[in-house]
Amino acid sequence: MRKNIVPYITNLIGVLLIFAVFSLLFGLKVFGKSTLYFEGICTTACYTIVMVTSLNLIVGCMGEFSLGHAGFVSVGAYTSAIVSNSLSGKGIPDFGLFLIAILAGGIAAGIMGILVGVPALRLRGDYLAIVTVAFAEIIRVCFCNFPITGGGKTMSGILKLSSFSRSFWVMVVCVTVMYMFVRSRYGRTVKAIREDYIAAAASNINVTYYKVLTFTVAAFFAGIGGAMYAHYMTAMIPTNFNFMYSAELLSEVIIGGAGSLTGAILGASFLSSLPEVMRQFSQYRMLAYSVVLVLVMIFRPVGIFDTWEFSLTRLIRKCAGWFGAAGKTKEGK
Amino acid sequence: MAMTFSLFIQGLINGLNQGAIYALIALGYTMVYGIIRMINFAHGDFIMIGSYTLFYTIPLMVRAGMPAWLAVFIAVIVCAVVGVLVEIIAYRPVRKAGPMSALITALAMSLFLENLAMVLFGAKPHNVPALFTLPTVKFFGVSLPLNVLLTILIGLLMMIFLQIFVKKTRLGKAMRAVPQDRDAAVLYGVNVNFIITVTFAIGSALAAVAALMYCSTYPRVTNDMGSMMGIKAFIAAVLGGIGVIPGAMLGGILIGLIEIFVKLFAPGWYEAVTYGLLIVILLVKPSGILGKNAGEKV
Amino acid sequence: MTTANNAPAPVLTAKNLGIQFGGLKAVSDFNIEIGPSELLGLIGPNGAGKTTVFNMLTGVYRPTEGSFYLNGERMNGKKTHQIVDAGIARTFQNIRLFKKMSVLDNVKVAMSRELKYGLPQAIFRTPGYWREEAKITARAEELLDIVHLTGKGEMNADNLPYGQQRRLEIARALATDMKLLLLDEPAAGMNPTETEELLDIIHFIRSEFKISVLLIEHDMSLVMKICERIQVLDFGTTIASGTPAEVANNPKVIEAYLGKDDEEV
Repeated sequence: MRKNIVPYITNLIGVLLIFAVFSLLFGLKVFGKSTLYFEGICTTACYTIVMVTSLNLIVGCMGEFSLGHAGFVSVGAYTSAIVSNSLSGKGIPDFGLFLIAILAGGIAAGIMGILVGVPALRLRGDYLAIVTVAFAEIIRVCFCNFPITGGGKTMSGILKLSSFSRSFWVMVVCVTVMYMFVRSRYGRTVKAIREDYIAAAASNINVTYYKVLTFTVAAFFAGIGGAMYAHYMTAMIPTNFNFMYSAELLSEVIIGGAGSLTGAILGASFLSSLPEVMRQFSQYRMLAYSVVLVLVMIFRPVGIFDTWEFSLTRLIRKCAGWFGAAGKTKEGK
Repeated sequence: MAMTFSLFIQGLINGLNQGAIYALIALGYTMVYGIIRMINFAHGDFIMIGSYTLFYTIPLMVRAGMPAWLAVFIAVIVCAVVGVLVEIIAYRPVRKAGPMSALITALAMSLFLENLAMVLFGAKPHNVPALFTLPTVKFFGVSLPLNVLLTILIGLLMMIFLQIFVKKTRLGKAMRAVPQDRDAAVLYGVNVNFIITVTFAIGSALAAVAALMYCSTYPRVTNDMGSMMGIKAFIAAVLGGIGVIPGAMLGGILIGLIEIFVKLFAPGWYEAVTYGLLIVILLVKPSGILGKNAGEKV
Repeated sequence: MTTANNAPAPVLTAKNLGIQFGGLKAVSDFNIEIGPSELLGLIGPNGAGKTTVFNMLTGVYRPTEGSFYLNGERMNGKKTHQIVDAGIARTFQNIRLFKKMSVLDNVKVAMSRELKYGLPQAIFRTPGYWREEAKITARAEELLDIVHLTGKGEMNADNLPYGQQRRLEIARALATDMKLLLLDEPAAGMNPTETEELLDIIHFIRSEFKISVLLIEHDMSLVMKICERIQVLDFGTTIASGTPAEVANNPKVIEAYLGKDDEEV
């Protein structure tokens, strides 16, 4: 693997362009009165992307199920809300407050990831899935009983710190870090564990360590997603983060294609904007999800994108290739 | 809070009632798992379907001048049909694809059934009309609704019937052969697809019976009652020993008792105790109280 | 039971090693001493317990009796990856490759512990990260050369033909830098040409890496050609051990194999 700077620069430029486009659209109020509304959808998409790609680390990379991801999201959400509420009014600029809050949420969720991962990851398959549900429910019960998190009622009055630009860049950083993780010895090792954990152990891999590590990293980013959620919604209740939410996140990973970052991103952005776009059909949303999920499982179990990743450099090269070929045929005539 | 004797007995009765309901649900769960080695996430939702069916068929029975509980036969048929359809349409095509796909498909079916019910029946809770006109016995400050005894009795009958069926009949033996070695079963003339379909039919029919007893205690029916109940029943099945039929009974009763008694002392935390119990069991003795261990060949 | 002659301390020592599954004693009273650079064969009819011995020596099964030592250090009860780290590597009877990963990655995975970069370096793609990755890529390619899989690095592991998959497993085991290599039926399913190639490879790695090898094989011609000593298992117990010539003429060994193998000793 030789060090090649070009893809990194290309992707950075691509991301900047996307941001510029969106910012312009919102700044120029292209959508008129609905600008704030669409900005909201895009912000929602940003944090959903973070949550879904973090779950993809567990499902796609490690090949295991977590049906309790909403639990980590809620830990991040509540921790960040408590932190930002206690630090507000102390003269810290908004952006700084936002960063501190989401980091606090991420770290808290990461710690929870270790606490859950160490016992839970001794199990696999069905049993692991059920145990993650159990842990997530226990977390929910805890939040319902602690007065600091609202004691089972809505916790409101959270500062609205998640603007589109902040959410976008946090999302970019998160996805980039996860990508680096996957394309390093960590991702390689975890994929080997997914393929065959006995052979992995025989190849000098401490399976438990890598599983817990990946789980913790996934929980960390889930917490960041949760923190972004909390500071966008400004109010939440523990039952928001129930089994149904975990199931939704898992559906989005599977439909997009477990193991594909691109699939996770597209799946998350598409499916999170659906409820808004289809507001009048909102009661059919989960129905549609479940049907799509079953169809995907029957006809394309690897998900829409499988493990295919979008690559800007590859696309540019292809386009350059077309132009080159077109130029050549013209000369040929 | 002092635990008086009557409070204790009342707790015992409530716990047995709750436990018997869990046991009935767990019976279906454990039977299906024992045969196809897959957690049918949608099982709890079969109960929901049974309950909605009862909601509509009980008034029919009453109007026809027959006892309300006969409506359960219709519910059994409906649930069995739904169970078989789910198996054929969703589970069978993905059975070969591996346990991951099976799990997701089961989850998807559960979501599908719940949301379909919401679309068809609306999100408002429905109330199933009274099923039994059994009296409630009161003694020493304790009230014992007699349908609790009925629930327990039905549970025991179901359990005995299932045990005999699985151990003694030819069909039951075929059902036990499938999880041991599917290919060998085929070589012995077992039509695996048929066996699995029958398993689902029986499991779902059991769900209808469970729905009956559930509704006689808790007449409130919503579209999402299935998932949490399913998980609790699964915990019961695992506690007693997944795949072991008496285990479902044992596990169900235990979970019911634990929940009721914990509710007495720490009402906000009783669910956490149940889930905590699941975690402990799966880590310490995943085969459950009555189950046996199996290893993996390298 | 023969012991290795004089001075060099044995690499592997097993004393009364055994394992019981419920009522079944799969292996009992297993004793072995392997010296440095020695090549020992472990043979016996199917079901004799040979792979079970391997599983015990690599921590997959925990022995219920006896103990074994690697360079004097007791290995009982250690987890697989700890034993591999200490220096025992293995291949599997039924190939266990990382099918959906590339050939090169299969080997690189086993070199994880050598990589000197951590999570921060991976995330920020420091020069250290690139250096370390280049280092193991180069070494992985060397190992592929040794097992005659040059140039196949980018292929998916499950696209390799069977014989090459077996060699890839050997390369992966080599990547763990072991002192003792356990080969479980490496020639299974190979034709005579491939088996010759395998022989060359085994000779080469023994002299190049100065490692000891314990070999399970059913291909008697391979065993006779390459092993310095042979130990024979039947029903979990050792029924004979010695040089190939001694074992070949041992009546108990002949009886154990009688009628079971076309390839008679």
